[in-house]
Amino acid sequence: MNILETDGERLLSAVRSLLDKKGIVSTAEVQERMAVTDAASPGQGARMVARAWVDPVYRASMLEDGSKAAEALGIPMRGMPPLGVLENTAEVHNLVVCTLCSCYPRAVLGYPPFWYKSAAFRARAVRDPRSLLAAEWKTVIPESVKVRVVDSTADYRWMVLPARPSGTEGWDEARLAGIVREGDMIGVTVPRA
Amino acid sequence: MIFAAGETVRVKNAWPEASGPVHIRTPHYVRGVVGEVVRRLGEFPNPEELAFGRPAERLPLYHVRFRKDAIWPEPKPDDELLIEIFGHWLERP
Repeated sequence: MNILETDGERLLSAVRSLLDKKGIVSTAEVQERMAVTDAASPGQGARMVARAWVDPVYRASMLEDGSKAAEALGIPMRGMPPLGVLENTAEVHNLVVCTLCSCYPRAVLGYPPFWYKSAAFRARAVRDPRSLLAAEWKTVIPESVKVRVVDSTADYRWMVLPARPSGTEGWDEARLAGIVREGDMIGVTVPRA
Repeated sequence: MIFAAGETVRVKNAWPEASGPVHIRTPHYVRGVVGEVVRRLGEFPNPEELAFGRPAERLPLYHVRFRKDAIWPEPKPDDELLIEIFGHWLERP
C-alpha cells in the first residue's frame, strides 16, 4: 500500500494508537501538547513585554534567557526550542524572519501570521528590510537607527522586545500588554500608546 | 574548530546541495561571506544528519553578525543581519 494514498485520519489514528501502545507518547501527552499549542498566542508574548517594561530585573532576565523568562510567567516551554529575545532600542531595530522555512517563536506568539511564511516576505526582509517595512506596514525606521535582520535559521527561536512607547507613563502591566501586537514582537510594527 | 565572541569568520563557500539530497541550515546568500561571531548559542544535533534519521553529532551553533553591505549592494552599511550558523560551516578567513 502507498502511504501517500492512505486516508489521513485513519493513518493518524493508527500512528497515535501505536505510539500509545509502545509507550512512546501517551494519549494524555498528546492532549496536553494540543492544549499548550492552543493556548499559545501573541497575548503570551505581550505579557512578557509588559512585564519587561515595568520590571528592569525581569527585562534583564528576558534578554539573558527568553525561555526562563517565559516560564517565570507560566508559559509552558518544555519541549520547545530555546527562546532568544532581542531588544529594540534608540540605536537598533530588530526584524525576525526565517528565510529557510517558517521558524517562529510559537510558544510565546502562537501560529505565525500567513504572510510570515510567504516567499515575498522572506526574500524582501533580508534584501531590503527598510523598504519592506515602510511599504507594507508604514513602519519607517529612521536613518539614525540600525536595522538588524534576524534570520532564524536553526535551533533557536527569536522574539523582539519592542521599545515602550511614550504616552504610557504610569500604565499598569495589563494595560501595557493590551497595546502589544503580534507584529511588534516580530519587528514589522512598533507599539503605540 | 571553536570560535570566540568577536572573532572574524567566513562562511564556507560550499554547495553540498549540488551533489545530492541535503538538509542545510546555512542560507545560500551568506556562503563565502565574512562576518563576526556575536556569541555561542549552545550545541545542537547536526540538522544535516538529523533530517535523514542518521546519528547526529552535537555541534556548536553560533550567532554571527554580517554587515548588510557585505551581502547586498544597497548603500546602508550600518544595517546588519544576525544569523545562526553551525560551527562546521565557519572558517577563519
